[in-house]
Amino acid sequence: MTTLDEKLVVRRDRRVADGRFDSALGWEPGFRASNVLRFVLCAVVLCVFAVPFVLVLSGAFDGQNDSTALRLVPAEPSLAAVATAIDRGVLGYFWNSLVIVGGGLVLQITVAILVSYALARHRFRGQAVAMMLFLITMMLPEEIIAIPLSQVIGDVAGTGISLRGTPWGVILPVAVWGFSILVMTEFMKEIPREIEEAARLDGVGELRMLWTIILPLSRPVLGVVTIFGFMMIWDQYLLPLIAADTPDDYTLTVALSVLRVDARTGSGVLLVGALLALLPSLIIYLLMQRSLIRGIASGATKG
Amino acid sequence: MRTVSARRVRRGLVPWLFLAPGLLLAFLFKFGPMLEGIRMSFFKVQVFLGDEWLGLGNYVTVLSDPRFVDALGHTLLLAVGTTLGALVIGGALALLMEGTSCRLWFVRTAVFLPVVTAVAVIGEVWRVILFPTESGFANQVLGALGLPAQQFLSDPDTALFWVMVVGIWTAAPYNMVIILAGLVGIDRTLYEAAAVDGVSIAQRMRHIVLPALRPAVSVVLTLAAIRALRIFTEVYVLTGGGPAGATEVWMTRTFSLGFDANDLGVASAASVLLLLATLTLTLVARIATRRKELA
Repeated sequence: MTTLDEKLVVRRDRRVADGRFDSALGWEPGFRASNVLRFVLCAVVLCVFAVPFVLVLSGAFDGQNDSTALRLVPAEPSLAAVATAIDRGVLGYFWNSLVIVGGGLVLQITVAILVSYALARHRFRGQAVAMMLFLITMMLPEEIIAIPLSQVIGDVAGTGISLRGTPWGVILPVAVWGFSILVMTEFMKEIPREIEEAARLDGVGELRMLWTIILPLSRPVLGVVTIFGFMMIWDQYLLPLIAADTPDDYTLTVALSVLRVDARTGSGVLLVGALLALLPSLIIYLLMQRSLIRGIASGATKG
Repeated sequence: MRTVSARRVRRGLVPWLFLAPGLLLAFLFKFGPMLEGIRMSFFKVQVFLGDEWLGLGNYVTVLSDPRFVDALGHTLLLAVGTTLGALVIGGALALLMEGTSCRLWFVRTAVFLPVVTAVAVIGEVWRVILFPTESGFANQVLGALGLPAQQFLSDPDTALFWVMVVGIWTAAPYNMVIILAGLVGIDRTLYEAAAVDGVSIAQRMRHIVLPALRPAVSVVLTLAAIRALRIFTEVYVLTGGGPAGATEVWMTRTFSLGFDANDLGVASAASVLLLLATLTLTLVARIATRRKELA
């Protein structure tokens, strides 16, 4: 399967031939009315989608901030809102978020690797049932099981252990994600069996087989699973809300509602929080753009 | 003989050892809660007095509660509006920005930002942008365009519409990527052949591009419809279900029943209904796409 990137690369070489056949609407290079229109439309689109992010950046560093006014450029650049936000514990919320996304991602990927290895590289009785069980988890997102899940977090399986107020209350429930298991299983199935058989003749055990042979070959799919897993955990709202004991346990995204209004800096504190919540997503996106686009686009081609 | 069969048993056991952590976590935090939710939906749940069997009583309560019926209407309206809006806008974005130049890549990267941003962050930021006073940013933009100021999320008549707008803003870039992948996959020689036959751009869109996009569109629609039913965070952050219940959706109603009113039985019944609706929709989508593959 060729990926979007590869197709774009191939096309770039052919572009010189004839622009008219290069896009569905037949955009042609050069200075012409249609391109002026396209430029204007792109500018409007850029404004609509990028301006809210500019407003966050500017509002976070604007000293003169009543509760509503937002500007594209700070009227009075200052760090007052940042200082107030730190006073109000924004770094603590950020830390909670980082712990949960770090722990959750490590556990989620580990589980996906182990499960996919068994499902893709072994044949055993009950395999179809196991696959089915993991697929069904996709239909049980946090929203649908929120009410009983909240009980379970307070008392895991009747053991009296409570995860409430600890990061585990979020980390453990996000650890099994049907999507990452499905994507990884599909990928591992494609690895040729000969590679594995050769290693098995050399007496390589199961864990070493996974670690030294299958995993290195699965690196492209690890990228996809990592960025989607990050987005899935960072996006969690209901789960950290019900797993929290006090507002101090909130993740940054949930805590934004606590930071909404501040007597001195208006919406400035909220925007500092929003900016901080945006940063990791932005960094991951810019680092792993290829994996992300490939992941989304592959859903489309599978159809 | 014994060693051979012992080895076979061990080999049969190996996959289950790899599956064990996943299965354990799935049972503890997915299937366990699901079963517990189904159980609670048949009881009047009381912490100290003990649960009381109600049969289908909780389901009757949910379906005869006017606020749940309203919430269902809002959920469906939002689902249809947001899904179709995001599909049309996403398609338009993809057509506008198909191409390989660096500038287009830059615009696409910027437009894609909402997809990686957490929904709660989007909601909070738009809440400030749509502040219902004259000095709110959106009202200032409207003012600059010579339009009257709006109440946005504070007006019960328009609140749902603005929630929908934010939803479309969030989902359109995602659809853009899926549709863009579909567009890039179209064989360029088709365009050339069509040009030789003197086909106009409009006809080319109708007869080559749209049919080629069908799989992409069906993916977009299936994903969006299933997600839209359980919409929660957007609404909870933007309006909390208000003003005066104008934007209440199924999950916000369930949430306030379960966690504010502590009526776990009724809230569980509402969750089970949501699960059933999601399952039905998923199966229908599966069957629909499979039939297309066979045809």
